[in-house]
Amino acid sequence: MKRRDFVAAGALAAMMAFGAAPAQADDPVKVGFVFVGPVGDFGWTYQHNQGRLAIEEAFGDQVETTFVESVSGGDAERVIEQLARTGHDLIFTTSFGYMEPTIRVAERFPDVKFEHATGFRRADNVATYNARFHEGRYILGQIAAEMSESGVIGYIGAFPIPEVTAGMNAYILGAQSVNPDIELRVVYVNAWFDPARETDGARALMDQGVDVIAQHVDSPAAMQTAADRGVYGFGQASDMIDFAPDTLLTSIVNNWTDYYVERVQAVIDGTWEPSDTWGGLDADMLRMAPYTNMPDDVAERAAATEAAIRSGELNPFTCPIIAQDGSEVPCEGDGVLSDEQVLGMNFFVQGIADSLPN
Amino acid sequence: MRIELVPRAEPKAWARALAPVAALVVSFAIAGLVIWGMGRSPVAAFQVYIVDPLMDPWSLREIAMKATPLVIIAIGLSYCFRANMWNIGAEGQFIVGAIFGSWLALATHGTDAGMWVLPLMMILAMIGGALYGAIPAFLRVRFGVNEILTSLFLVYVAQLLLDYLVRGRWRDPMGFNFPQSVVFDTAATLPAIAGMGRVHIGVIFALIAVIVTMIVLGRTLFGYRLRVSGDAPRAARFAGFSQARTIITVFCISGGLAGLAGIIEVSGVLRQVQPSISPGYGFTAIIVAFLGRLNPIGILIAGFIMALILIGGENAQILLRLPLDLALAFQGLVLLCVLSADALVSNRLRIVRARA
Repeated sequence: MKRRDFVAAGALAAMMAFGAAPAQADDPVKVGFVFVGPVGDFGWTYQHNQGRLAIEEAFGDQVETTFVESVSGGDAERVIEQLARTGHDLIFTTSFGYMEPTIRVAERFPDVKFEHATGFRRADNVATYNARFHEGRYILGQIAAEMSESGVIGYIGAFPIPEVTAGMNAYILGAQSVNPDIELRVVYVNAWFDPARETDGARALMDQGVDVIAQHVDSPAAMQTAADRGVYGFGQASDMIDFAPDTLLTSIVNNWTDYYVERVQAVIDGTWEPSDTWGGLDADMLRMAPYTNMPDDVAERAAATEAAIRSGELNPFTCPIIAQDGSEVPCEGDGVLSDEQVLGMNFFVQGIADSLPN
Repeated sequence: MRIELVPRAEPKAWARALAPVAALVVSFAIAGLVIWGMGRSPVAAFQVYIVDPLMDPWSLREIAMKATPLVIIAIGLSYCFRANMWNIGAEGQFIVGAIFGSWLALATHGTDAGMWVLPLMMILAMIGGALYGAIPAFLRVRFGVNEILTSLFLVYVAQLLLDYLVRGRWRDPMGFNFPQSVVFDTAATLPAIAGMGRVHIGVIFALIAVIVTMIVLGRTLFGYRLRVSGDAPRAARFAGFSQARTIITVFCISGGLAGLAGIIEVSGVLRQVQPSISPGYGFTAIIVAFLGRLNPIGILIAGFIMALILIGGENAQILLRLPLDLALAFQGLVLLCVLSADALVSNRLRIVRARA
């Protein structure tokens, strides 16, 4: 071996050792986040950022956190790779669209751990996580049916993807448990975060006689618009009560805090596994904001339903489930729809006044 | 007291060349002040933003990749802008090109179709982009419709068409209904350049576009005609140059190149069709074209600088925890300074004192 080669090999080995070194006790664990929207959206990304702040609070000097906001699909691979290159030990990619880029970067950085929210592809160093939002939406449906005078309730969806569809179905099933004749109107805004279109969606629903609005989009814009006309609404992702103090009934709140703290702890302890987590009310990944602006009996009933779902006594997708076309959906779980059926949900149940776009 | 802009008779060539450099320096100074005002180190910011990416091979490769669509589109736009045709719809032509090319990728998915797929995808993409670009050109020539409006509006049509396809017939049947296509086969994926990480051969296409355009503009009758039609439309008419033909041609070139950029981005970077395939490349390229003064080499440099600024913004978030808004403000600042510098090169300031 020539001298020059020897030096080069030594340097390479040193670099590799440096790159691959596990976090030392006195070395802070670096945690990176890739966000699809701005941290100030007061919805989806805001809640993930709350989780990031909780990590900082829980671990203090033991961790360092970083985030990059409003990352588009084409930029994701570079941003994730840059986080991996700059010594991050654990990287959370918090939008479905980051699935393929996350997997690709993970292949190149086997020592870095990745957590992808809402996706279904895992690897030795890629875990996935999501929350059972539909559990909360069942409760919203019950409240909506009790509060609606017109008997027509509305729903602003982002995209006709299974997660949103499952939420709509849970909502109408909850509503039907109170009023079997309730009617649900649906609009899609084709964006997770687009306050102008969300506002338009709320207007379109109200013009059709809707008097309670639920949403599966990230900003509080629709709730503000509904409040202007005195129409009830439900917040999503974060507690949106400040945006509609007199008309917001409750919000389903995503709580990533506990999960994030737990995962960072696992990295510190060396017990991290590429798991698939899908927690609901019982795991505290989903919380209900206070029940407000409604009569006491409605609030009590909502609290009772919440408790029943948390204890496992009630499942929003308890068989028989009748699809929109009148056929009965095969029951692949234990008296309920299986997780796979909910994750891939591609049908509307009876009672939704629109057809599922396809 | 007021300030007037008085046109200079003969703007100096050296001033024209130095204006963008001066503009960059001024924008760095202003941004540095803001960062200093936030209690952070402007020197560290400059280091992370500009110096580190230029020193690091990985960052340079990423910059080259990010610059590729910007340069290819901006080169196409330079044909339009030189002919005084305001094609604002490159974003739409980018998308339609990507749709045409992706059609073949998806149609041959899962078959053992070979080497011919990728070249044909690119040709289809250029045809798609050119046809889409021809629409505003045709409307302009035949009915005198303002091409700025039609080309811009067609962007939204293209976005919705893509949206429709990805949520409908192009959806991955095994993808739990999520709005994205299958991941392209290797035969339909732009190969990486050996030894260059994930940098794909699209970068080479950008360089080819630059070189060909230098030759076309400098050495061909068409290039001459283009310059004359833009600078002196009346003279061009007297010389017997058909204005209608020029309009159609430049829009087709511009659209074709935007379409090529579209398929390069989809098959080289995203590797699947998604509901949104561009973070506004078609619009950013307009800025690149003007920063580069419609000159091919200028556009190459401008595209590189723009990509550097975009990626530097990410690094500033990751390494310095500077907010994204600052990166966006900085991009706006650079443009403002470049435009101001241009105005000062072609005009001089005269301070007019109000009479006592």
